[in-house]
Amino acid sequence: MSRTLQNGGSRTEARLLSAILIVAICLTLAPVLRLFVEGVIDQGSPSLTLMREVLSQTSTLSALKHSLVTAGLGTVVSLVFGCAFAFLVALTDLRAKAALVFCLMIPMMIPPQITALSWTQIMGPSSVLLKTLGIAPPLGSPQPLYSPQGIILLLGIQHMSIIFLTLRAGLRSIPQDVVEAARISGAKGLRTWWQVVVPLTLPSLAAGTAITFVTALGNFGIPAMLGIPAGYATLPTLVYQKLAGMGTTVLAEVSVLAMLIGAVAVSGILVQRYFQSRQKLHLVGSASRPLALPLGAARLPVEIALWGVVCVILVLPMFGLLATSLVPAYGMPLRLDTVTFSLWHEVLFRQPATARAFVNSFGLASGAALALMVICLPLAWLMERRKTRLARIFDSLLDLPYALPGVVLSIAMILLLINLPFTEATLYGTIWIIFLAYVARFFAVMFRPIQASLKQLDPAMDEAAQSVGASFRRRLRDVILPLSAPAAAAGAILVFLTAFNELTVSALLWSSGTETLGVVIFNLDDSGETGMASALAMTIVFVVMALMALIQLLSRRFPKGVVPWQT
Amino acid sequence: MADIDLSSVGKTFSGAPALQDITTRFEDGEFIALLGPSGCGKTTLLRILAGFEAPSTGRLRIGPREMANAEAGTNLPPEERNIGFVFQSYALWPHMSVRRNVSYPLEIRRFSKAEIARQTDAALASTGLADYADRMPSELSGGQRQRVALARCLVSDPCAVLLDEPLANLDVALRASMQGVFTDFHSRTGATMVYVTHDQAEAMAMADRIAVMDQGRIQQFDTPQNLYERPKNRFVAEFVGRGTVVPVQSVESGGDALQAQVLGAKVAVQSAPEKGPVSHVCLRPENLTIAETGDLRSKVTRVTYMGGKYMLETVTDCGARLFAETRARLEVGAQLGLTITLPWAFSED
Repeated sequence: MSRTLQNGGSRTEARLLSAILIVAICLTLAPVLRLFVEGVIDQGSPSLTLMREVLSQTSTLSALKHSLVTAGLGTVVSLVFGCAFAFLVALTDLRAKAALVFCLMIPMMIPPQITALSWTQIMGPSSVLLKTLGIAPPLGSPQPLYSPQGIILLLGIQHMSIIFLTLRAGLRSIPQDVVEAARISGAKGLRTWWQVVVPLTLPSLAAGTAITFVTALGNFGIPAMLGIPAGYATLPTLVYQKLAGMGTTVLAEVSVLAMLIGAVAVSGILVQRYFQSRQKLHLVGSASRPLALPLGAARLPVEIALWGVVCVILVLPMFGLLATSLVPAYGMPLRLDTVTFSLWHEVLFRQPATARAFVNSFGLASGAALALMVICLPLAWLMERRKTRLARIFDSLLDLPYALPGVVLSIAMILLLINLPFTEATLYGTIWIIFLAYVARFFAVMFRPIQASLKQLDPAMDEAAQSVGASFRRRLRDVILPLSAPAAAAGAILVFLTAFNELTVSALLWSSGTETLGVVIFNLDDSGETGMASALAMTIVFVVMALMALIQLLSRRFPKGVVPWQT
Repeated sequence: MADIDLSSVGKTFSGAPALQDITTRFEDGEFIALLGPSGCGKTTLLRILAGFEAPSTGRLRIGPREMANAEAGTNLPPEERNIGFVFQSYALWPHMSVRRNVSYPLEIRRFSKAEIARQTDAALASTGLADYADRMPSELSGGQRQRVALARCLVSDPCAVLLDEPLANLDVALRASMQGVFTDFHSRTGATMVYVTHDQAEAMAMADRIAVMDQGRIQQFDTPQNLYERPKNRFVAEFVGRGTVVPVQSVESGGDALQAQVLGAKVAVQSAPEKGPVSHVCLRPENLTIAETGDLRSKVTRVTYMGGKYMLETVTDCGARLFAETRARLEVGAQLGLTITLPWAFSED
């Protein structure tokens, strides 16, 4: 007997599910598979020679070491900040929690190259902000951030939100009565925290740590902006430098490097999955009200300290960026008589590359958001209705292109599209390769919110429409689309937000005429135009914050689990 | 309007049987209740009728059309069956107004604007919803929502109406008035209705015939009176009404009635003669009278006030647990005598 029959409903649905699934698999998983094949096949036959050769080069080994050191210690920094904030926000009676959480999310949404740029503007001898305040170090003294320590610090700040979010979600899922039972038994204050709360949150903390490490490992913007000037290469920047310097002749070699990053990342993802499943086993029972342990007299000092940290990691660098963008030339102090918008004008309206980049990034981001919505909405719904084996496998793998470092996906995309099968055509160097890479990379960003909202939808909504005779198409249009529209909108905004700022993927895939905003900022800074880079970066920060505020304003209309910072 | 014919319909969920060998027929225009404890397969049967599930074995015919045939691997999707379905959760579309919820089936059938308006108004009026047409479902009470769901399935003139525990989410008072709405609806439209419930009072009050289900099988399919007075087996006897089933020690036929030895007393019993020798009797409160001279000595273990009368739970000297009714209050522990009058006897393996 066929599977169709067992699940009931029509065969068209089953066929449609298979069709969309195949498209989705081609878009998301095919590149990853292609990369794997490249690594183990040399000149058409299986071989590990190239792999052995590349892995024994000293540059590879030192880059691997640098990657592990910066990602590992960066994760420790994230852990310290993320844990402190998560425990205090989730467990105590702090005021203005929503505002605090929103501010903590901004570092995650600001692209890493802009984070790096903004921090270099508040340190070092030519910092406009420090000059204005008269505390700049003498000319000739080094930029302290151009160092492994600088990379570690910024990686830590960039990714603390991940730890914060996963740990806070874990803390919120602790049933309140567990804590109350401990207190009834006589456990006080810190003892409750240490002996009940912490053990229960360890799995989510471990999962968060693993995924933070993977994200830090794949980060390109920060080690590129800080490490390349210092001659300190990590695996992603090594791949970039090789490909930028030698072109596609080193494709086989960088594929091996990409696989190396991918292998480390996948082991991190597996660790995360393991702990995530453990956590689900752990916590049964309903999480009723969130905990609010009274801080008493310590509340005001703690609040001041937390907001102070937010100020230092968020507001101060932005001031640095702003100051740099408002002086006529880099290195001058900002005074009333020197303040000017000339760099803003220059970069936003005069530079042809920037104008192109705005068009490209806007088109790519909105195009990817639209394409993903068209694919994900019916797919998520069909996968929810009929859980075939293929659908379940895809469900467990579709996060891969987003979780894997961007460099890995870029190399995979090049391999897949440099020679289109059965033709002489290539997509490498065109805007389409970036578009397809975005669709693959941000698939999960669109799919998961829609899936979350459809899971909460009463299946009877659809069945009711079915029983009155509505066809598949009609139900999708009249029932499913309106009911999941808020989630789809949130997903689309998130895809747009992430793609609009993206650097890692496009850095390896751009060519003249197809540059994105991320690439332009990187190139401007690289060629010494720090002021213009800052002005452009400031513009992007405003766009990001406006879009985040939009999601926040609409968040009441979204189902639970759709807005990533409202778990 | 159509009759429904099931022939050896079965359903397994990943190896576990949920329905086994259901062969039965619901006549055109009948009000059928599927009654049983949770997990008995009644909802699965309803969902097979609707087409949300496909049967693993057997055939299903509604009216002239074959809807599902497991051997041939066919299963007509729900949207092509022209069936009305009323959900326990009402399943009103929250983004559509009451009017749009009701008119949606007509839109799908491509009726003209005027025709849609006319039929929608008629359906709204007949369910007493005319004043609520422009409200959203979230602005309605539970009973009103259920009436919208009813109007929605009435408007498309379905050949059968399936109802999945539609009153389970309503309070007791509303439940009684909605029962009236359903029976009125049935007598007005003459539609074949299949109603799933676990509440036997609900089934007894509304249905022409009740299929009592347990463990994926129909245990007895009969009128409410027959189910109560002439149960076929131990499950039905115990599930319907407050029956206690006790074994019969010996039987002798004397004239018109059978004489049986029950709990040590010799009593006249009724039975269906074609069913062969009887082995058990069903003792309901109305078969038991309290009398000082009663043959059965028993002790009261619990007294429950039922409003105007008391339900006594008693244990006889030989250990059987019996339910009796009385208008006088008795204390727990009181000794009394019971007389059995004409219980129903049946054969049970």
